[in-house]
Amino acid sequence: MAENKDFILRIITPDRVFYEGKVDMVEFNTTEGQIGVLPGHIPMTVIVKPGVLSIHEEEEVKHAALHAGFSEILPDRITILAEVIEWPDEIDENRAEAARERAENRLSSKTPETDIARAETALARAIARIEVLR
Amino acid sequence: MASMRDIKRRRSSIQGTQQITKAMKLVSTVKLQRARVGAEHATPYFNCMYNTVGSILSKVGNIEHRYLQSGDSRKKAVVVITSNRGLAGGYNSNIVKLITRHENWRPEDVVVYAIGNKGREALSRAGYEIKEDLPDVIESPIYNDAKTLTDRLLEAFAAGEFGEIYLAYTYFKNTVVHEPKLIRLLPVEYEGQESEEDSKVIMNFEPEDVEALELIIPKYISSLIYGGLMEAVASENGARMQAMDNATSNAEEMIDKLGLMYNRARQGSITQELTEIIAGAEAIS
Repeated sequence: MAENKDFILRIITPDRVFYEGKVDMVEFNTTEGQIGVLPGHIPMTVIVKPGVLSIHEEEEVKHAALHAGFSEILPDRITILAEVIEWPDEIDENRAEAARERAENRLSSKTPETDIARAETALARAIARIEVLR
Repeated sequence: MASMRDIKRRRSSIQGTQQITKAMKLVSTVKLQRARVGAEHATPYFNCMYNTVGSILSKVGNIEHRYLQSGDSRKKAVVVITSNRGLAGGYNSNIVKLITRHENWRPEDVVVYAIGNKGREALSRAGYEIKEDLPDVIESPIYNDAKTLTDRLLEAFAAGEFGEIYLAYTYFKNTVVHEPKLIRLLPVEYEGQESEEDSKVIMNFEPEDVEALELIIPKYISSLIYGGLMEAVASENGARMQAMDNATSNAEEMIDKLGLMYNRARQGSITQELTEIIAGAEAIS
């Protein structure tokens, strides 16, 4: 671990700065798999996949549902450009459940017209929302 | 000289108009403040996006990529952001002129994606093909609108419907200065001005840079469109505020002038009446 260096996380969405602060570790889901980023990471840009974002602050761990965007990782800071991101209290559990069922139905009753990629993203998004609430 | 009654009627009609323009000015001042905050919130996202795309492009160099080259079609798609309502001075016509007066663009080579009624009306009158008409988007821009529009644009681009994509919007420099701007969205344009910080770190990409480009560029375009929308809303209200301010002070000026004319006419008619009475009295005696 980097010697007591500050590690700054900034999450920016198109219409607000979602989060800004000092963190110990950040975990989220990328196209290449789950990653956890600690201070002193090599510079890297990754693409976000729908999943749970865990922000490890000094005292507590915060969670949010991160759906789309990408992230720029530098040794002393990490910037997430999120197209869609939500805190747990912004999520409607019933709606997320309903969305999950819908997406699952669409995937199981495959017809040629089904847009599988879209249904899969919808499912991933709904699952991310539900997991954040747990 | 116009009669007293005519002048009075004219003056009260102008006073009525002045009340309207004054009210509209106040409304757009409030809306401008809100829109400006919105545009300010959108900038960090956009700047960061711009830097990232820039650093990818400067790293990958001149690679062959469909998003970095013009398509085969000669046609150009233009996303034109104007307002739904008029009374905003030259705001809408400046944007329209940007397209109609463009040196190399002929109407038959341009496909318009119109956001806002005013631009659509003017361009369809000028003989441009309106591919899509999205008047609701400008009322309260949300990121999702920009994103779905981007998806449709990229789909049509991939299908070869047009070879280049442009965005015409009004850049909000400050409350008084708004510049109509035409920027190219695709193929991606990036002025290779590397900041010092960028050259120091070697950025890695996961997935590989070309693949990352594929995924990031659509996001980049939607952020440009979204930024354009926010700026346009702020500019629209700024332009309307200015136009209404001018209209109000012009009305004030006219009211003053008419007031003077009215008084002069009144004085004239009193003098005339007096002369007539005196002349009459003299004739009797």
